[in-house]
Amino acid sequence: MALNTDPNIPDPDGFYAELLSAHEGLSDEASVALNARLVLILANHICDRAVLTEALSAATKGDAS
Amino acid sequence: MPLDDRYQLAFKLYPYERSADQDASAPVRHPVVVMGGGPIGVATALDLGLQGIPVVLLDDHEGVGQGSRAICFAKRTLEIAHRYGCGQPMLDKGILWNVGKVFHDDRQVYEFNLLPEDGHRNPAFINLQQPYFERFLVERVREAQAQGAPIELRGENRIDAVDVKEDHVLIDITTPEGPYQIEADWLIGCDGASSPLRKMMGLDFEGRVFEDNFLIADITMKAEFPTERWFWFEPHFKSGDSALLHKQPDGVWRIDFQLGWDIDRAEEMKEENIRRRLDAMLGPDVDYDLVWSSIYTFQCRRMKKFRHGRVIFAGDAAHQVSPFGARGANSGIQDVDNLGWKLGLVLNGTAPESLLDTYDVERRHGADENILNSSRSTDFITPKSKISHVFRNAVLDLAEHHAFARPLVNSGRLSVPCVYDGLPLNTPDALADGPARTRPGAPCPDAPLKDGFLLDHLGGDFVLLGIGADVPSQTEVEGAALRGLTVPADGDIKDRYLGDRPGAIYLIRPDQHVAARWPAYDAELVRAALARAIGKD
Ligand SMILES: Cc1cc2nc3c(=O)[nH]c(=O)nc-3n(C[C@H](O)[C@H](O)[C@H](O)COP(=O)(O)OP(=O)(O)OC[C@H]3O[C@@H](n4cnc5c(N)ncnc54)[C@H](O)[C@@H]3O)c2cc1C
Repeated sequence: MALNTDPNIPDPDGFYAELLSAHEGLSDEASVALNARLVLILANHICDRAVLTEALSAATKGDAS
Repeated sequence: MPLDDRYQLAFKLYPYERSADQDASAPVRHPVVVMGGGPIGVATALDLGLQGIPVVLLDDHEGVGQGSRAICFAKRTLEIAHRYGCGQPMLDKGILWNVGKVFHDDRQVYEFNLLPEDGHRNPAFINLQQPYFERFLVERVREAQAQGAPIELRGENRIDAVDVKEDHVLIDITTPEGPYQIEADWLIGCDGASSPLRKMMGLDFEGRVFEDNFLIADITMKAEFPTERWFWFEPHFKSGDSALLHKQPDGVWRIDFQLGWDIDRAEEMKEENIRRRLDAMLGPDVDYDLVWSSIYTFQCRRMKKFRHGRVIFAGDAAHQVSPFGARGANSGIQDVDNLGWKLGLVLNGTAPESLLDTYDVERRHGADENILNSSRSTDFITPKSKISHVFRNAVLDLAEHHAFARPLVNSGRLSVPCVYDGLPLNTPDALADGPARTRPGAPCPDAPLKDGFLLDHLGGDFVLLGIGADVPSQTEVEGAALRGLTVPADGDIKDRYLGDRPGAIYLIRPDQHVAARWPAYDAELVRAALARAIGKD
């Protein structure tokens, strides 16, 4: 399976708001830690090594791609 | 330069004795000279001596240094030691453990049980002080000598210079009674991580230094701690950035504290400061004696090539890893296992000299795997940046409640032998649906037989193993002895070597690695595979 970069999250605005609210009131440090835990949890769920590599490379390229 | 002891001895094993070579009018020539009497040098001398090859080992001390250094010896090392005839005393003396606990701060993150696979003579590993390991090797050398093995151990013989020629090496030696010279057809450099031989020859040793210091203390204590491995990340008792508690024989405990990079070494080595850290960890009521302590920085590096003409490097002289995963001495013993039979076949004229280049290729492959694993462990234990620290702690936080994060926790990946995948001595797999763990290049997994274990019958020579299939009992192929062994296709052997097949034929190298395997016996295929495995192809 290839990395899916098409719109794939139902209720995008709701998800985005939930993501931000998880960080609300956190120090920068606590936010960074939360993001790290979240990345690991999501990565485990994806589990496909090739997809993870693709995701890392897409994230590394950022808006430059 | 006079002979000064660089370290104190734990055991005096090879006291200086005058050799006839010192009174010879011209340098005496020896087939093999080993430089260094650490575990790797002594094992090399033993391997060759048991094959009947005359070998002279030179060490600048008279025995093994104090201070334990290595404590974890892995199954593969015990299997090799068993083949040499000194595995049993190691097992008898060593400590077995299965439970490990990982802590972060004051919380237990998780606990694991190694539950080693059944049907092996040897456990996954034992804890044993390095001086004992070396002593058992030397005691085996003494026994072999008494039975006629042509091994000579020369203590307080320091190699000061070498002149490497096309077909031999001229060696300058200093002893308490003055200098002398000998010549060697082959010189094996087992002179440790700071290898003077490498320097004499102007050879490289490149890699990574980890910017961290570890205080290592061996203590004896009365307190009851379970025989488990405990590892703390950022421990609440603040004795270091990480801490390790591990049991050794004789009531000795190994304790490691990670101190960080900018430390005052002399200050940290003061007994009162070591005790301050130990007291914080063990609590005020624990009575203990400090047996030995030292501060280490760790490196991961290797030589570009391990063979330089008539000089061959093995052990720490060739490659160095951080101790996480216990891959130092354990991988060095695999070097010896790999080099011994190849040098034996070259010396008796059965194999071309180029076979020794495959030592270089195979063991560099092993060293790279060890360096990769040990670097990754070190990166986890000593995060190199803010964000790597964040991820490390995220893993630890999650591991407490989520099983998925536990395999990411890396406080050392224990040494396992490498598979020589895709390397030149293997014959392509003719049993592609067979178990992957016994593919060509893999070390043979042990399995119980009616009497004893499979590995007891493998090694030393090439073995043609017929599992549920007949093979000729003894032949000579391409000048090399080939021993046949037929075993029934049942139990663990079936799982480990056959999978769903009724039978198979394996060609096994003298170091117990698989060279080739087939569904059925074919003399011509066996001949070709053996020729290839001894570099005649
Ligand atoms: C703290 C610590 C913990 C470790 N834990 C483990 C572990 O749990 N498991 C594991 O497998 N490994 C471990 N290791 C690594 C292990 O100790 C080494 O890999 C092992 O000692 C290497 O053996 P060697 O024979 O190659 O070298 P060495 O043991 O260094 O021996 C080299 C020998 O050469 C001699 N020599 C040097 N110069 C000359 C000269 N000019 N002439 C003659 N002789 C000379 C020296 O005196 C010495 O006897 C650990 C290391 C450290 C520091």
